Amino acid sequence: MTACAGVARRALGPMVGAALGIAVAAAAEIPVDERRSGFDFMSRALQDMQRDDTLNPGMLWVLEGEELWHRKAGAGNLSCADCHGEATSSMRGVAARYPSYDEETRRPVDLQGRVNFCRTRHQQAPPLAPESQELLALVAYVAHQSRGMAIAPDPDPRLTPFRDRGRRLFHERQGQLNFSCAHCHDDNWGKRLGGSVIPQAHPTGYPIYRLEWQGLGSLQRRLRNCLVGVRAEPYPYDAPEYVDLELFLMDRARGLTVETPAVRP
Amino acid sequence: MARPLISVPATAKRGEIVEIKALIAHPMETGYRPGPDGRVLPRDIIRRFVCTYNDVEIFSADLFPAMSANPFIAFTTVAVESGTLTFTWTGDNGFSQSETATITVS
Ligand code: HEC
Ligand code: HEC
Repeated sequence: MTACAGVARRALGPMVGAALGIAVAAAAEIPVDERRSGFDFMSRALQDMQRDDTLNPGMLWVLEGEELWHRKAGAGNLSCADCHGEATSSMRGVAARYPSYDEETRRPVDLQGRVNFCRTRHQQAPPLAPESQELLALVAYVAHQSRGMAIAPDPDPRLTPFRDRGRRLFHERQGQLNFSCAHCHDDNWGKRLGGSVIPQAHPTGYPIYRLEWQGLGSLQRRLRNCLVGVRAEPYPYDAPEYVDLELFLMDRARGLTVETPAVRP
Repeated sequence: MARPLISVPATAKRGEIVEIKALIAHPMETGYRPGPDGRVLPRDIIRRFVCTYNDVEIFSADLFPAMSANPFIAFTTVAVESGTLTFTWTGDNGFSQSETATITVS
């Protein structure tokens, strides 16, 4: 397997943290030609489940999102389609370059944040709650329009300081277990942590249908799981840290293909 | 939630064995899990799935708490004539959802 080659090439330090068996020698970033999606680390059965739209439960949310796209909402009584037309053309490529810069808040915004801005600013409707089925469905529908496209982050220079902050967060030790994201996802990808293979942490397929969740969930929810995993206090939903991390993760995943809705264990 | 995802071939030859797939959004809450407040969440599952082909029942299944959320059911049938397949899911709390698909048999 290609993952083994990657591990062998990097000299791993002494094993610490017996319970986890994680090697914590600082390694370099994953070379571009070794970058692979979490998809590649899954069993054949799960890969088939993701690939076949009649098997992939994430498609239930995509279908729901398509309905919501055309449903009028808010004081303005406007649907997403009233302004954006057919998502198949207007939303194609959007997820492949998000997060993007928002002029009004002078901050980067992720796709779900943007959808909620459209709700509050353009539809005069209340924002949808984080992880609500409606928000997940709309984001899944929008992101699905970019499926198969290469991730190509927004080059807007105003995003750079936030992306840098994301990079710092990725390399910062956190939680009672005192691990950084990089300890697992740069230094030990392809190895096992308990029953799970450690992937490279590329946000290629969000929102994802995760078997453990028995439902669809956002990248923020996934990151919360990793934070809780190292016994750190997760940032609250919609905290700027998640968007900064996503900016960095998307840059790190540059060139990989958008898979939404992906299936993950 | 969304309408179910049904996969039936649009066309088939008479006598051909065709695969039918049906995926539906449902929490399939087992009735054994504690909720965030520690109290057991009441059972909420689909109990029965039936598929008819021009009003003749060709497949049915009883579902139980051990099934995953968003259950997926696949089976085969013989394409005998053009017509409509009707899929019906029923369960706890008055749950009932139906979907149809057509097949042209030549
Ligand atoms: C009244 C018009 C209007 C409605 C209704 C509306 N939007 Fe928007 N949308 C905009 C405008 C204008 C922008 C550009 C950014 C801005 O100025 O807010 C935008 C930007 C976006 C973007 C980012 C596109 C990009 O290329 O960066 C997404 C995604 C989006 N909208 C999704 C939605 C969804 C989903 C809905 C329905 C829930 C919706 N919008 C409803 C006007 C609208
Ligand atoms: C102790 C090791 C560990 C640490 C530290 C860790 N993760 Fe993870 N991460 C995992 C494992 C294991 C999985 C896969 C879980 C599974 O398959 O069930 C995962 C999955 C992910 C995924 C999903 C990838 C996909 O294919 O969808 C992302 C993104 C991610 N992690 C990002 C992060 C970020 C960002 C941090 C730091 C805040 C972090 N992780 C910290 C072990 C870790």
